[in-house]
Amino acid sequence: MSFTVKKANDVTIFEVEGTLIVGNRQELKQKVLEELETGARKVLVDFEKTTYIDSSGLGVLVSLAKKIRESGGDLRLANLNDDLQTLFELTKLDTLFQISESRDRALESF
Amino acid sequence: MPLELEIPSDVGCIEAVVAQVLRACEAAAFSGNHLAFHIPVALTEALSNAILRGNREDRGKSVRVRVVVDAHLLVVEVEDDGLGFDLDACTLDPTTADNLDREDGRGLFLMRRLMDRVEQFRARGNVVRLTLRRRSSDGRAA
Repeated sequence: MSFTVKKANDVTIFEVEGTLIVGNRQELKQKVLEELETGARKVLVDFEKTTYIDSSGLGVLVSLAKKIRESGGDLRLANLNDDLQTLFELTKLDTLFQISESRDRALESF
Repeated sequence: MPLELEIPSDVGCIEAVVAQVLRACEAAAFSGNHLAFHIPVALTEALSNAILRGNREDRGKSVRVRVVVDAHLLVVEVEDDGLGFDLDACTLDPTTADNLDREDGRGLFLMRRLMDRVEQFRARGNVVRLTLRRRSSDGRAA
């Protein structure tokens, strides 16, 4: 997994490339928390280039959403492919996160 | 011939095992949906359970993987050196209101939803066996 951090106005965007799984989830968590420390409050994770996510990756997203919410911010998701959408639906995490079909839609939603 | 692999108790080794199993399944013409989603997620869960819970990340312990794949079926056995667990008792429903915002507890649930069968038993060590039937392009069992 690799990820890229971008800014669009006051939204911090994390592009996740490859897998988000048990072996690499801490990298994303640490980077998001660093951005939170420096004042980021509107956070978008873009999964356009993500292949698959396991339960540990889902757990990190749940954990980050809580921490960001406690800081007065919001974590939103975008660009889930059909399989990732199914994963979120199976686990009902689609009811916990605001998920947009594109980055532009997500940015408009903040 | 079954594919037999042995890895140390290091979650960093998971992706390479998954890639190797996917190559075997791709050669057996498993569907894109199985290759992109069902197999990698379920196998990652089984391997991470073996490493984190079974072997408690003890680098002196290994995880053994045995894979049989043909035109009809994928069977993967993941064996660790732990004491085993009660599959039914340990499978939570992460979709209930009480569990929805838990950070853990989705691994066994996903394995059981994404595979046709998940079994757990004791052999030399603790074994989790995942079984998936290949489906044809119209979704029927091949």
